Amino acid sequence: MKPFLTLAAALLFVGVTGCEGPFPQSTFEPTTSFAEDLDSLFMMIFWIGMGVFVLVEFGVIYIMIRFRAREGAEDPKPVHGNTMMEIAWTIAPAIIIVFITIPTVQVIWKDANNNPPDALQVQAIGHQWWWEFRYPELGIVTANDLHLPQGRPVSIQLNSADVIHSFWLPRLAGKRDMVLGRNNRLVFTPDSTGEFQGQCAEFCGTSHANMRFKAFVHEAADFDEWAEHFTAAPAPQEELTELEQAGLAAFREIRSPASNSCIACHAVQGVSAGILGPNLNHVGDRSMIAGGLIENTDENLASWLRDPVAIKPGSLMPNIGLSEDEITALVAYLRSLR
Amino acid sequence: MSTAATAHYTSTGLDTRKIAFWAFIGSECLLFGSLIATYLSYEGKSVVGPYPGEILDIPLTSISTFVLLMSSLAMVLALDGVTKGDNKQARIWLATTVLFGAIFLGFQAYEFQHFVHNGLTLSTNLFGSTFFVLTGCHGLHVLGGVIWLSSLLIQSYRNKLGPDKAMTVEIAGLYWHFVDVVWIVIFTVVYLIQRG
Amino acid sequence: MANSHDSGHTQEGPTGLWSWITTTDHKRIGIMYGATAFFFLLVGGLEALLIRTQLAKANNTFVDADTFNQLFTMHGTTMVFLALMPMSAAFFNFIIPLQIGARDVAFPRLNAFSYWVFLLGGIFINASFLIGAAPDAGWFGYANLTSTQFSPGLNVDFWGMGLQILGIASLAAAFNFIATIINMRAPGMKLMRMPVFTWMSFVTQILVVTAFPVITVALVFLMFDRMFGTTFYSPAAGGDLLLWQHLFWLFGHPEVYILILPTMGMVSEVLPTFSRKPLFGYAVVVYSGALIGGIGWAVWSHHMFASGMGAIADTYFAVATMLIAIPTGVKIFNWMATMWGGQIRFTTSMLFAIAFIMMFTIGGISGVMHASAPSDLQQTDTYFIVAHFHYVLFGGAMMGIFSAMYYWWPKVFGKLMSEGLGKVHFWITFVGLNLTFFPMHFIGMLGMPRRVYTYGPELGLESMNYAATLGSFLIGIGTLVMVFNILKTWKGPKQDVGKNPWGAATLEWAISSPPPVYNFSVIPEVRSRLPLWTEDGMSEVPDVPPEPVHVPGGSYWPLVTSFGLVGIFVGAIAKSVPIAAIAAVVLVVGIFKWGYEPFEM
Repeated sequence: MKPFLTLAAALLFVGVTGCEGPFPQSTFEPTTSFAEDLDSLFMMIFWIGMGVFVLVEFGVIYIMIRFRAREGAEDPKPVHGNTMMEIAWTIAPAIIIVFITIPTVQVIWKDANNNPPDALQVQAIGHQWWWEFRYPELGIVTANDLHLPQGRPVSIQLNSADVIHSFWLPRLAGKRDMVLGRNNRLVFTPDSTGEFQGQCAEFCGTSHANMRFKAFVHEAADFDEWAEHFTAAPAPQEELTELEQAGLAAFREIRSPASNSCIACHAVQGVSAGILGPNLNHVGDRSMIAGGLIENTDENLASWLRDPVAIKPGSLMPNIGLSEDEITALVAYLRSLR
Repeated sequence: MSTAATAHYTSTGLDTRKIAFWAFIGSECLLFGSLIATYLSYEGKSVVGPYPGEILDIPLTSISTFVLLMSSLAMVLALDGVTKGDNKQARIWLATTVLFGAIFLGFQAYEFQHFVHNGLTLSTNLFGSTFFVLTGCHGLHVLGGVIWLSSLLIQSYRNKLGPDKAMTVEIAGLYWHFVDVVWIVIFTVVYLIQRG
Repeated sequence: MANSHDSGHTQEGPTGLWSWITTTDHKRIGIMYGATAFFFLLVGGLEALLIRTQLAKANNTFVDADTFNQLFTMHGTTMVFLALMPMSAAFFNFIIPLQIGARDVAFPRLNAFSYWVFLLGGIFINASFLIGAAPDAGWFGYANLTSTQFSPGLNVDFWGMGLQILGIASLAAAFNFIATIINMRAPGMKLMRMPVFTWMSFVTQILVVTAFPVITVALVFLMFDRMFGTTFYSPAAGGDLLLWQHLFWLFGHPEVYILILPTMGMVSEVLPTFSRKPLFGYAVVVYSGALIGGIGWAVWSHHMFASGMGAIADTYFAVATMLIAIPTGVKIFNWMATMWGGQIRFTTSMLFAIAFIMMFTIGGISGVMHASAPSDLQQTDTYFIVAHFHYVLFGGAMMGIFSAMYYWWPKVFGKLMSEGLGKVHFWITFVGLNLTFFPMHFIGMLGMPRRVYTYGPELGLESMNYAATLGSFLIGIGTLVMVFNILKTWKGPKQDVGKNPWGAATLEWAISSPPPVYNFSVIPEVRSRLPLWTEDGMSEVPDVPPEPVHVPGGSYWPLVTSFGLVGIFVGAIAKSVPIAAIAAVVLVVGIFKWGYEPFEM
């Protein structure tokens, strides 16, 4: 009896501690019909599974209690089998399976080959260990923050620049792999505005755990405003403060080796066209930096510039030994890119 | 080669070594099956040449295929010789099998060298990778067979390959025929039915 | 140099280290497999504890990212290939010949060869730790992360070559056991009279024969890409990265049935014995095992539902995967029916067997959840999957192995393990495994992907991760209790357990514990599926052989040959042609000497 109590206590503990929220990457709080379909399927199978669980587990416990060996009892009757029962407990699971299969297949085909003509086209390209987002119709290239309009289908084409990654935004969609050489696609329509969290879900190397992103769903008008603002050119150099101009100079500086120069990897509209690292347009007001890893504060930005590899193991952005002055200036400049 | 369970009661009446060997052949079917399936799935997908149509020499390879097929016939005759206790027949036909196998390998070596000379290597394109690994794996199996049969030939010359060793020779024959059948499939899929 | 001899009336085999190194006796090989696998189980367990310690808190810094990635890769690889499979192999070796009434397996030296190759392969792959280059691309090593471009070090080479070595060991053993089971059964031991453990092992060997060649090819492609610049997994050359996934999972899915089927067989022996009733529905249990093996070959891409295969493939694989639930459920019901109406004795072995049923059911239910392809899009690559497979592989396979261990220990060693300690081992492990893995269902569905060395506190999953870590340490404690039990039994006084301490029904319990070196003084004639529970179920097996029994001696050629084989890989990874060449010579010489050595069964 004591072991049962221990187990019950342990499970209770888990149940209680597990009930804290919020869970920003929960699969149980869908905000699109696509994610809702997945959740409903899961819940249906869950309840059927619960039925099987109760039947089997309580059945076994009942059997253990009722048929435990008793002193002096005679040997049990040697029953070798029963064809009717075999048929019954073959057909019953088969029927349950059919119940699960039909909605499964329906949902598979509902979402298949889905690419509505009025969808917002997005290209998501996975890199080790950050996300490139392009909006070809809007002429926008950005990274790690995905902005979407509410109520309009979005069609995300998924690719990779290097190894296999997987795009997972639990509250909006299931995952889809990003494979170099293949075009995968994810289509869904965000129903609610808000901020949502996503993460890479295919082991992609050292900092796989650090490859995260945020999705922002705006009301349609706000989204258009964001898009317009995004494509606007950054403030002309004359309007920058002295510190910001020093930062721009540090950004532009050709270092030795040349690959240590910021402009070798990063693009800023009107300044540079690097493609190896995240596009830095409007990086000043992004939510997170370093591939959705740390909050975009001045302090974090400075830490990142000081030693990227320490924050993100394996990071392809090297520690180029910037001086504290350079860092302060760069932070100011990058912050100016809003 | 005397091993376990040669003269004992068996559940099926079959020689245990033969059963184990058939299991081995089963695994080899999956091995070559995977290689051939990969070849087929990559057929026509090479991004750069040389392409199969411009480099495979069907007439030449038909000759080596024929030689390999004939070697299977020789193997059958060799087994017959061993079973009958006719050492001379056994030796002649074992030697013929070995010779024909070696000729096949010679043709293959020439072909490989010729391809490399014409710009097709393991790493050139999908065709190079899949072709060389598939036919190379087969060639290694032929080589293994040639070595095995040569050692049996030596045993025969030492008068140690009498009728009591017929099962050993039969199993070697089984291997040899299998390798031959695999080649027929490869020749058909790679050389004769080119889709890329 | 075989030193075969006539045993005369001696029951025991030769003694001394050399006799173990040259042994071809299936019982000794079984013990060696068991001891080695047990050691690797502890290694894998340690790796698990390190993983759980790192994940107990968000943003933890107990181990760094690279170390963690090596740990989870090696934990998976070790548990699958160096612990679970060889532990089953230990039982195949010791028990199958005894259950079918044979004196040994069909090819005793090939059997020894399998063991030595396994041991050397396990050492090879773990040697990578010594140079800080343990495999780190996951136990499933997806291309193109495993290419030289993205994995420039030796880590992936150790992994690829190590698995090739282990694959050869498994294949050799499979050919051996298939031949043994088909052809070396005692008179009257018809296939449908064989114990379920032997049957399930037979199906398993067929899966090995068909699945391992596929991963051999997959790994050849990978190693050739890395060493010779081939283009199998090169998108730039037009290659398809999904080729790796298909080939790997064509092996990988049958592999998990290779892991579970033998343990289902073990449980099918234990339950009837301690219910004092025959297995309910023997034929159905056997056929459903074969069906599980067969269908298991047809479902591989359910591991790839997120890879974008298209609706037709997704539909087919979802439906096929769900079908497996049917024969699996049938087995569970037959086991329950076996216990129904019985007189159940709750020995440690029985407790583990019952726990198998209960835990495997949980894993099976989550498996059906994954089978629904769209639903799986949320579950795949999260801790929900980690929960599923640990329930079936730990809650299932491992519990089955523990059950078999307590069950057959007296047969192997002539001593009973302590029931008291056994029950402590059981309860601590049972609570520990549920505390560790049950929360993972939630951790996964609430948004934590797998294979992550850390996670942020904002996910809200810290306390559940902490609970899981506590559970894992409980499992560790339970394991220590088991080790203590083993040591205590080993060092303890001799016991006289008799031939059949549990009152079981199958042939292995008709001979002494431990069995004499020749197993059966006279090969029995079998007349029933339950020879010891049936009046006139088998002919008598005298305690002393009426005439001397020939016992084959040992041979060192299997060991030499295995060194040659593994040496080639050592040469390859060290990029040393001389080492590889010498090893190749040793291999060829070993094969020939082995082949021409006089060796009679």
